[in-house]
Amino acid sequence: MPHAQARKLHLPTWATTLFVAVVVYLGVWYAGKQGWLSAYWYQVVEIAAFTAISALGLNLIYGFNGQFSLGHIGFYAIGAYASALVTKDYLVSWSGSQAGGLSWIIAGLIGVLIVLFLTRLLRVGALNKRIVANLSIDLKKHEARTLAALVTLLMVAVVLAAGAACAWVLQRGLSIVLSALMAAISPAVARHVVLTIALLAGASVAALVAYLIGLPLLRLGSDYFGIATLGFAVMVYTALQSSDLVIPTMKGARGMVGIPTWTTWGWAFGTLCVVVIIMRNLLYSSHGRAVISVREDEVAARMMGIDIAQSKAVAFAFGGFFAGLAGGLYAHLFGFLHPSTFNVVKGFDPLIIIVLGGLGSMTGTILASVMFALLIEGLRVLLPQGFEDWRFVVYPIFLLLIMLLRKQGLLGRTEWGWMRASMPAERDIPVPELPALNSAAGEHKEA
Amino acid sequence: MKVSPLRLAGRVLAWTVYVALGAGIVWGLIALTRMYGPVYFVQAVVDGLKLGFVYALIALGYTMVYGIVRLINFAHGDVFMVGAFTSYFAITKYGWGFVPAILFAMLICTLLNVVIERVAYKPLRQAPRIAALITAIGVSFFLEYFTALKFVFSADYLTYQRPFEVVVWNIKGVLVTNITVIIIIVTTLLMVLLQYVVNRTKMGKAMRATALDKNAARLMGINVDAIISLTFAVGAALAGAAGVLYAIAFPQIWTFMGIMPGLKAFIAAVLGGIGNIPGAFIGSLLMGEIDVLVVSFVPLGSRLRDLFAFLVLIIVFLVKPTGIMGEAQVEKV
Repeated sequence: MPHAQARKLHLPTWATTLFVAVVVYLGVWYAGKQGWLSAYWYQVVEIAAFTAISALGLNLIYGFNGQFSLGHIGFYAIGAYASALVTKDYLVSWSGSQAGGLSWIIAGLIGVLIVLFLTRLLRVGALNKRIVANLSIDLKKHEARTLAALVTLLMVAVVLAAGAACAWVLQRGLSIVLSALMAAISPAVARHVVLTIALLAGASVAALVAYLIGLPLLRLGSDYFGIATLGFAVMVYTALQSSDLVIPTMKGARGMVGIPTWTTWGWAFGTLCVVVIIMRNLLYSSHGRAVISVREDEVAARMMGIDIAQSKAVAFAFGGFFAGLAGGLYAHLFGFLHPSTFNVVKGFDPLIIIVLGGLGSMTGTILASVMFALLIEGLRVLLPQGFEDWRFVVYPIFLLLIMLLRKQGLLGRTEWGWMRASMPAERDIPVPELPALNSAAGEHKEA
Repeated sequence: MKVSPLRLAGRVLAWTVYVALGAGIVWGLIALTRMYGPVYFVQAVVDGLKLGFVYALIALGYTMVYGIVRLINFAHGDVFMVGAFTSYFAITKYGWGFVPAILFAMLICTLLNVVIERVAYKPLRQAPRIAALITAIGVSFFLEYFTALKFVFSADYLTYQRPFEVVVWNIKGVLVTNITVIIIIVTTLLMVLLQYVVNRTKMGKAMRATALDKNAARLMGINVDAIISLTFAVGAALAGAAGVLYAIAFPQIWTFMGIMPGLKAFIAAVLGGIGNIPGAFIGSLLMGEIDVLVVSFVPLGSRLRDLFAFLVLIIVFLVKPTGIMGEAQVEKV
């Protein structure tokens, strides 16, 4: 704050932000209760809330960490389906017991973690190189490489088998324990408890998948990473269309039905608030500073001792987690999931939102999500009768105009309220040009 | 020379692995041939060529535009769609022949893409690249949904009438149609023409210079803006031709037909090394073959073909991050 205004009474930023959040929450709730917002518009506001969650996740990946990802919709889909499997299990026991799906998910997560842990412990990553180095003295290079590959493959197989065995045993045990627990939940609070568990499970699966594909793929250059994640999204979409072959209740291309419609305004908004708190605190921690520094200059960040690969993978996993949460909320809003909801073209939505709101601005992302939901749905109402088909003709024109008139997005990199609380008055620092996608190579010359 | 036991054991083990691998591959090939017969395999490869050559035409546009402005032009697949529809109207409504129809489609697509470039990309030349990417997505939406309106192309599936009779030759059991031959001939002609223009003419030299370094090109008196427009025009002409050929090969068209072939062709361009014209060609052939071979030989292939295409892309990325023919980018500090 400049000195001239220092005398004015000002509340701590958390107080103003909390106030606004409470007003928004109560306002929408009251308007819905009084019937000022029709059921349709009430739903649109809910959609806006979880769209914001998903977009915040992408903003963490692209806006704050600078990794151009086109595959966000894949994590959204994973979160949606995984959480739907858990809640549907609670209702209709599709897996045979009330917690079969949940126990599989938890056991699978732990199994993967065990595999990761063993890989670290046995240093499987460095194994290949070590064996080659040792054998090259006695053997020809190609022979040494072959043997090393053989040993590494065996080792990987052993580690994977160990993980799978652990998961298998764990699933048996968990299934019994969790089923008992699920049965014990009183129906009055069941929807809240089960939905919480389901959302966390779905989001965790999404986060773990993000971490696993992020580790190898994040080494690629920025555009190549974008294309690889696009590929990931297409793979998820294609796999979902045949998902009934693995889990019959997912129904593949026919669409999964029978998911409880438990998402309410309170759930959507509450989750958004939690996500904002987590993300803000993450960004203003030393880990978050590391994440941001990777965006600014990878080489310099490496020089400062930041583990770039880890930092990127963690940001990617958090982004995936948020996308998974949003997907879970989506699944429980409509109670119906279809693979075509998660196609690649839909996957551009969060990207469009974060660019419109401003890359690297949480406030901007939330604002843009609300505007996006209102625009897409509002056009349905605003366009005159007989012109409904024009919705997606008008929308890209808006998009073009905004992009042409405001290249840095609505808010650029500025934040509001608590989200910018501990920053050194960022608006006093000249905002640098947004990073070009491929700033590492070739573009320096044009700058 | 003294042979140490470790060395001997290692060599024996390594060669056992080689023999086992070789035997496995031979056994697998024999098993596949027993199961399907060689004719089935050759048939799949020929069908893959047909698809691959169409992908090549689309991929060239992607790769040229990316090479020069570093923009993933998501609207390219929709220009391809417009090409298919233009020729549909020329052939069905006005009874034009194949050659005038394809030339007309190329012309219309060229004009369309030049207009798109002027309106949506040129004002953003100094902006961060993501802005242009978002407008490209916007243009893509616009083309798809605008043409889906009732008074434009309508959102229905239309059956494409081929401008010539289909002739099928049976070469020892392998069926080759004249469609495949025409696709290969047209694509090869356009490719040779493009290679000539890019490598042998002054215009092509200006293009390559612009791709390499815009500012230096400008200092050499090259009109960079004109060259960029020209690149978009050439890419669109190729996409228009590809649209006609694709519609002839798979005669059902609708306004969203450009998304998946566009994406596949783009992936093919990346697979071959983006910005590289021969690379785009090789990547496209590979992509076409993968598509058809997966459908033919992998169980559930027709449902999982996209999954395999992208799996191959990711594997290639992990082995050689810049694609098959791509040059390694040197990170400058």
